[in-house]
Amino acid sequence: MSVDKDTVNKIARLSRIAISDAEADKMVGELNGILAWVEQLGEVDVIGVEPMTAVIPNTLRLRDDVVTDGDVRDKVLANAPAKEGSFFGVPKVIE
Amino acid sequence: MTDFSRLGVAAIRDGVADGAFKAVEVAEALNARVSAAKALNAFILETPEKAIDAAQAVDADRAAGKPLGKMAGVPIGMKDLFCTEGVQTTAASHILEGFVPTYESTVSANLWKAGAGMLGKLNMDQFAMGSSNETSYFGNVVSPWRRNDGGKAALAPGGSSGGSSSAIAARLCPAATGTDTGGSIRQPAAFVGISGIKPTYGRCSRWGVVAFASSLDQAGPMARDVRDCAIMLEAMAGFDPKDSTSLDLPVPAWEVGLNSDLKGKRIGIPKEYRLDGIDEDIAKMWDNGIAWLKDAGAEIVDISLPHTKYALPAYYIIAPAEASSNLARYDGVRFGLRDLPEGAGLQDMYAATRAAGFGEEVRRRIMIGTYVLSAGFYDAYYTQAQKIRALIARDFDNAWASCDLILAPTAPSAAFGLGEKNADPLSMYLNDVFAVPASLAGLPAMSVPGGLSKEGLPMGLQIIGKALDEQAVLNAGLAIEQRSGFTAEAGEWW
Repeated sequence: MSVDKDTVNKIARLSRIAISDAEADKMVGELNGILAWVEQLGEVDVIGVEPMTAVIPNTLRLRDDVVTDGDVRDKVLANAPAKEGSFFGVPKVIE
Repeated sequence: MTDFSRLGVAAIRDGVADGAFKAVEVAEALNARVSAAKALNAFILETPEKAIDAAQAVDADRAAGKPLGKMAGVPIGMKDLFCTEGVQTTAASHILEGFVPTYESTVSANLWKAGAGMLGKLNMDQFAMGSSNETSYFGNVVSPWRRNDGGKAALAPGGSSGGSSSAIAARLCPAATGTDTGGSIRQPAAFVGISGIKPTYGRCSRWGVVAFASSLDQAGPMARDVRDCAIMLEAMAGFDPKDSTSLDLPVPAWEVGLNSDLKGKRIGIPKEYRLDGIDEDIAKMWDNGIAWLKDAGAEIVDISLPHTKYALPAYYIIAPAEASSNLARYDGVRFGLRDLPEGAGLQDMYAATRAAGFGEEVRRRIMIGTYVLSAGFYDAYYTQAQKIRALIARDFDNAWASCDLILAPTAPSAAFGLGEKNADPLSMYLNDVFAVPASLAGLPAMSVPGGLSKEGLPMGLQIIGKALDEQAVLNAGLAIEQRSGFTAEAGEWW
């Protein structure tokens, strides 16, 4: 499989990364190089093989259903680039 | 007067405990070395006051007769991937420039609790994506090593933990934290002639470590010898309820358990790692390593890890896929950089922020990850890669039927020059060919110095062990260390 410039622009959009026309052109070659290289995975016989989900066998723990965290609004907001009062500020999204 | 830069973790800890010198003397001496080594660009941020404060606390505890921790009085470098409360943490990115965590990562908290102090935050590849430390927003880290041709070519310290490797090799600190997703502790350790161990996945908590690829990310120590790695790993490891993949197991006493007598141990030599056209110096070092382990009493056996050649391409699907998901959090809203072009809406702000805040390699990996996870391609790429990952893990399981440890080179070559492998992302990725399989299988793996190349540069030997058997890995590392006679150091040009 290989990608064209339209696909690169679509991936960039899905990734929420703005790219220029020149960057998209360059990325076509780079992504195709990498994709051609990983293509070799297709030759491996994986019939009956379950995809790995946990590298070291481990069970997900359950903890007591109690509040263990919270009440840290100021800490959560401390690094916000544009906080407004006690809220995260964002550009207007509803007209 | 003691040259504190020559002391390792054990020597500093013991000297402080015995009263041979004060922790503050060590901190002052190393603060001065850090501040005088700017040419290496190993640190993004120096925190001399943190080192002094921790040292004073240790000295006060000793004076009061209180028990001292495992790392009491040892100043270390902290890779800038670990969140440190009140101290900028950037993952070497522009998007996190100025980010000051309001919490402390579990691993760094464990180290401070053990009495270590922080000299500063170490430079690295941006978001730990890189093998040469050339993707940092804060500039390349330079290795203290130079080729023996009399030239001054700047060499790569390896990556992604290149600030850590450079600082330790230059004796700015006795030890530092690293993180290893696909070789990021072992390859930089090999490039500068030091030791480093990636423990079993789940030994060290990932909580508070800026995430790259969560199923692979694992923290570990880097230091100048095996004992120092064992001490520091004990201080870093341990169960953490805040990390869902943390292993709920006691931390073994690895330092006390060190024993370089390998009688009864079988060492596997994987034939698939002997690549066509393998570097001559690397091949010779590997042979030396085999001889040293034999001399230590081990039995050498040939093994096969048949899916080895698929490890790297599988890694370069899985790691970017996880990264594209993990890095979705950088949105310009909650922390970090915001780029809001005039009149832009929310979506434009996301795209502009992420374009301005992520470096080229990070953008490339996010886009690869997005592509392989996108509708219509998920099974062909991601599911296939996860199946191959299962086969790679099975290769190791099969190998353990005939051996206890595996010996291989850490990297396919000694250090290359900065700028030499930039043109093609693939040629850079190939540097991790020997390191990635153990990462995919979650196994403990260590690099120890194995000798010098013809160019006079360090090369590393890698030991891979069974899950949870860090002790055997450390022991084999110690056996090599005692026989390799590796004492070479970089000349102090900076």
